[in-house]
Amino acid sequence: MDIVKFISRRSLVPRLIILILLILLATIPLYTKGYTIILLPSIFMYIILAVSWTLFSGPTGYISLAPAAFFGVGMYTAAILGETLPLPVFIFAGGLISFIVALLVGALTLRLRGIYFAVFTFGLVMFIAYVLLFWELHVTGTRGRFVIVVDHTTIYYVMFGILVISLLTAYLIRRSKFGLALQSIGENEEAAAHMGVNVTMVKVTTFAISSFFMGAAGAIWATKLTYIDPFIAFDPFFSFMAVVMALVGGGGHLFGPVIGATFLAYLEELLVTRFAELYKLIFGIILVVAILYLPNGLVGLIQKLWRRSSGGQHADT
Amino acid sequence: MPILEGEGVTKYFGGLAAVSNVDFHVDQGEIAGLIGPNGAGKTTLFNLISAALVPKPGVIRFKGENVTGRKPHQICRMGVARTFQEVKVFANMPVFENVRLGSLFGALPGMSSADATREATGLLDFVGLSAVRATPAKDLTLANQKRLEVARALATKPELLLLDELMAGLNPTEIAQAMELVTSIRDKGITIFMIEHVMKAIMSVCDRIMVLHHGEKIAEGTPGEIATSRTVIEVYLGE
Repeated sequence: MDIVKFISRRSLVPRLIILILLILLATIPLYTKGYTIILLPSIFMYIILAVSWTLFSGPTGYISLAPAAFFGVGMYTAAILGETLPLPVFIFAGGLISFIVALLVGALTLRLRGIYFAVFTFGLVMFIAYVLLFWELHVTGTRGRFVIVVDHTTIYYVMFGILVISLLTAYLIRRSKFGLALQSIGENEEAAAHMGVNVTMVKVTTFAISSFFMGAAGAIWATKLTYIDPFIAFDPFFSFMAVVMALVGGGGHLFGPVIGATFLAYLEELLVTRFAELYKLIFGIILVVAILYLPNGLVGLIQKLWRRSSGGQHADT
Repeated sequence: MPILEGEGVTKYFGGLAAVSNVDFHVDQGEIAGLIGPNGAGKTTLFNLISAALVPKPGVIRFKGENVTGRKPHQICRMGVARTFQEVKVFANMPVFENVRLGSLFGALPGMSSADATREATGLLDFVGLSAVRATPAKDLTLANQKRLEVARALATKPELLLLDELMAGLNPTEIAQAMELVTSIRDKGITIFMIEHVMKAIMSVCDRIMVLHHGEKIAEGTPGEIATSRTVIEVYLGE
């Protein structure tokens, strides 16, 4: 009886916290304007990148450095279609085109393992950037493009919406049969295939789903920047940030990348505004410390503290 | 009627014929053995049957249907399951999840989660791993990891089970238990094709044995015939 109460209380409290947090975030634009409304979407954007990166790379162990590629595809979709299509449509199109690119790229490259896959996906970012630059200079005759301007509240809600959907998707996949298959691929791909898992289909589909969210986030992000060129849109920095945020937060738990992205995105903002010239140095030191001393990420640290504080009363239940 | 047949099955690695023009068959309901010195091509032949490799040239038929060139997951879903010479359990997953995955993705598609759970529970009981169901697979002893591989393979509902050196590295007690396990799987109506170096085990368990040497089949027959075959004694068993 005690055990039942203990378990239900343990899962109830975090759920309640999440619900309150979501309601709070959904209503923020109603009572504050200004800085918070501008800052939060960039934190949301990093969370989306980290969560969708973890969706595929977390369980399978395929380290993708392609987030910047799909993020960039989304941005260019917004730049090209933003003038003619309504906002929800071009945001969705940004996701969809990223999804299709990921399907093609995944089908070609997901047979590569380990470092080869990482290097290929990194190359993809640069490849798209240069092909696009060539096309823009020689065919359309432009260097960069202006993107339709959208107000801060709309950007806030679109980014928040993509965030909630990506989290929900990640949660459902983790709990499903599909999530178990992903995990088995990370553990031993050959054994998984011989147990009846269609490994190619599972990998490519998940890779594409994760890219959908990156592309959609890119589409709305572009409206925030208002002007983009191939090197603004396809900046490898976004790939590294997604990976680093997921690792610092802890890839083993659904909220690992959320916590990692929130922490690092806020830290970045804080350091850029307070110590502009020391920002990258301090950021780097914090990264090194986190990776050396937090093997399970921030979420592992939180779980440890949580267990210590609640474990006292309920030891060995 | 043979459940599995191979015709002229060949596989080259570079210039080396790992398996060379081998004709073989496994009959429904029997325990067939595959023996031979190290490097004879036994595991390669298993890899060809389970579709990890594709024979070139050669044809493999399962239940009369040509299955050459299919993917490993398709072969599994048709009803061929296997274990691995070097255990390939899902190391960080609990024992129970290892088996449940087999039920969910094996030869009976669309199995509900509750059915898969029930099946996995039954199979862990069958191989004697119920007590460690929540343990991560990597923390099991070698003998138990091998049992887990058997349970996981059985979870896919095979008609033919390929066992690759189930008994290698086990102590005499564990070998006796493994032999019992093999017979009880056959008693469930599952055909078994096994590679083994433990002669005592293979001679007492198998109905029929094939011998590979340098990728070629050099002998085939009942355990008694194999044990007295001149060629087999020369290349493998020794005087």
